[in-house]
Amino acid sequence: MVTLERGREVTDAELARRADWIRLKTVELVAQAGLGHYASTFSCAEIVATLYYHVLRLRPHEPRWPDRDRFLLGKGHVATGLWPVLADLGYFPHDWLKQFGKVGSPVNDHPNMKLAPGIDFSSGSLGHNLSVGTGMALGARLSGRDYRTFVLTGDGELQEGQVWEAAMAASHYKLGNLVAIIDANGYSGSGPTSEAMNIEPLAARFDAFGWLVREIDGHDITALRSAFGGLPAPNSRKPACVIARTEKGRGAELFSKQPQAWHLGLLSAEQQADVVAEITARMELAQ
Amino acid sequence: MNSPKMVDVFSDVERETALAANPSGYAVTELAAADPRVVTLTADLSNTLAEFREKFPGRYIELGIAETNSVSLAAGLATCGYLPYIFSMAPFGVLKCAEQLRTDVDYNHLPVRLVGRLSGLAMGYFGTSHYAVEDIAIARTLNNTTVVAPADALSAVALMRSTAELEGPAYIRIAEQAPPVYDKKPAYERGEWLPLRSGGDVTLIGHGLGVSLAVAAADLLAEAHGIEADVLDAAYLRPFDAGALAGSAARTGRVLTVEDHSVTGGLGSLVAEALTARRLAVALECAGLPAEDLEVGVPADLYEYYGLTAAGVAAKALDLTRQ
Repeated sequence: MVTLERGREVTDAELARRADWIRLKTVELVAQAGLGHYASTFSCAEIVATLYYHVLRLRPHEPRWPDRDRFLLGKGHVATGLWPVLADLGYFPHDWLKQFGKVGSPVNDHPNMKLAPGIDFSSGSLGHNLSVGTGMALGARLSGRDYRTFVLTGDGELQEGQVWEAAMAASHYKLGNLVAIIDANGYSGSGPTSEAMNIEPLAARFDAFGWLVREIDGHDITALRSAFGGLPAPNSRKPACVIARTEKGRGAELFSKQPQAWHLGLLSAEQQADVVAEITARMELAQ
Repeated sequence: MNSPKMVDVFSDVERETALAANPSGYAVTELAAADPRVVTLTADLSNTLAEFREKFPGRYIELGIAETNSVSLAAGLATCGYLPYIFSMAPFGVLKCAEQLRTDVDYNHLPVRLVGRLSGLAMGYFGTSHYAVEDIAIARTLNNTTVVAPADALSAVALMRSTAELEGPAYIRIAEQAPPVYDKKPAYERGEWLPLRSGGDVTLIGHGLGVSLAVAAADLLAEAHGIEADVLDAAYLRPFDAGALAGSAARTGRVLTVEDHSVTGGLGSLVAEALTARRLAVALECAGLPAEDLEVGVPADLYEYYGLTAAGVAAKALDLTRQ
């Protein structure tokens, strides 16, 4: 069984291209389904690319391998960007993507662990997955395994009280094998996070809850690699929080100019052609 | 019949390991000795688990007063091969965590067990915030979750064993206030109701405290009126025993359900749905808590007030036989 080890060799340029590939695939899948979460998926493309092609220890052909690193998509509405990655790594056939958005499909707008290999936990209801990840990290402690559990949340998601119950429990149980990544793109569904309910100062809040905090530019591949590469050993005694400052809709001018309008939507054929051209041009330039 | 008493969950009495005083704590300790996958979690209800903590300190996880986190966290543990038992007061475990139970546990078919202590009006004196009278209505709509409601301490131990090997979730609704019904551990099969008495005049079906009430009411009916009741222990509410229900209902033509739960959504509703689905024309009455704002008081007084006594149940059954 092939194990994809932690810290796999890959260049920053390759990871940046992979992030743009995720964006392109997202646009394709949303067009197929007729509606989708473009801007939120675009904001975490570099994070997802860096985790899956460099950071996580995985066995795509043995998705329930007990020693795999876990990845939970707290912000489950960006699963559209994860499906092409899982297919590419061999969790399931590429053909499955053709079912996206159709009744009976194992891959949908939000991930379901019962349907799709590679999904460590279902998500959709915001605020649950940091608790679930804390349970997985505790499970590693109980069984003596050295896997890490990563949970990607949005910044709006941190308004959910349960997140802070989990944050308390993770530091209480000294879970240095748990990593929360905040895709802090500054927006929730209906507008700027700060206007809905201020959640800053994020770093100070996680620090006060007993977490090790690192704040980075979430689109900077070098910074992402450094943050994940510098994580303390899984047997360390403080959970880690990577606050990734991101731009909602990053990677397509149309989205980043009006991130709120493109939280959920469908591009017209003309708009889609422009977005695809913009991303493709950047990918070609990077080659 | 003993009067249902107040239970002080924080008292040292709860530290007793005796089965009668703390059946769920006793049973989970027994299960943990046999199965290393068993772990326990509580949101500030640790006294139930005094013996468990002593014997298996590494497998006990205290989560503070944070029920929703406990349920989702247990789901995460379950994906790692553990069998988490969450001990919670029934109102907070089920009602506060309904969405976590549905979305994280039930939809994902995970073997999390929620042990809801002090169900119904057991915490009457504390006020309506502490009532769990809608919990079955919620739990029995969760498609993958097994729902059981033990009649007494021996029944609780038996049902914890009966559900121990389930691959999916379970809700175990404990009624500490219920007096003994069984003198030895009953043998439950998943989804089966146990016959406690047979008679052809009226069917009395209860769960939890309702079982002892049904049995005592059946005694009164026989002694005072010569009415013979069929009595069923509806320990399994999901899946439930449609066959036993239909068989008894067809014999007697009259069914009375008895439960320390709202008449909306509980056993009474379940029986009504099942009888309707089978197109059985049967007279049905439900003894339970009315669908209205409930009063506050010590449990014994409340049960009296709402007719959840042997005499109250017998009177309802008598009415039914006269229709």
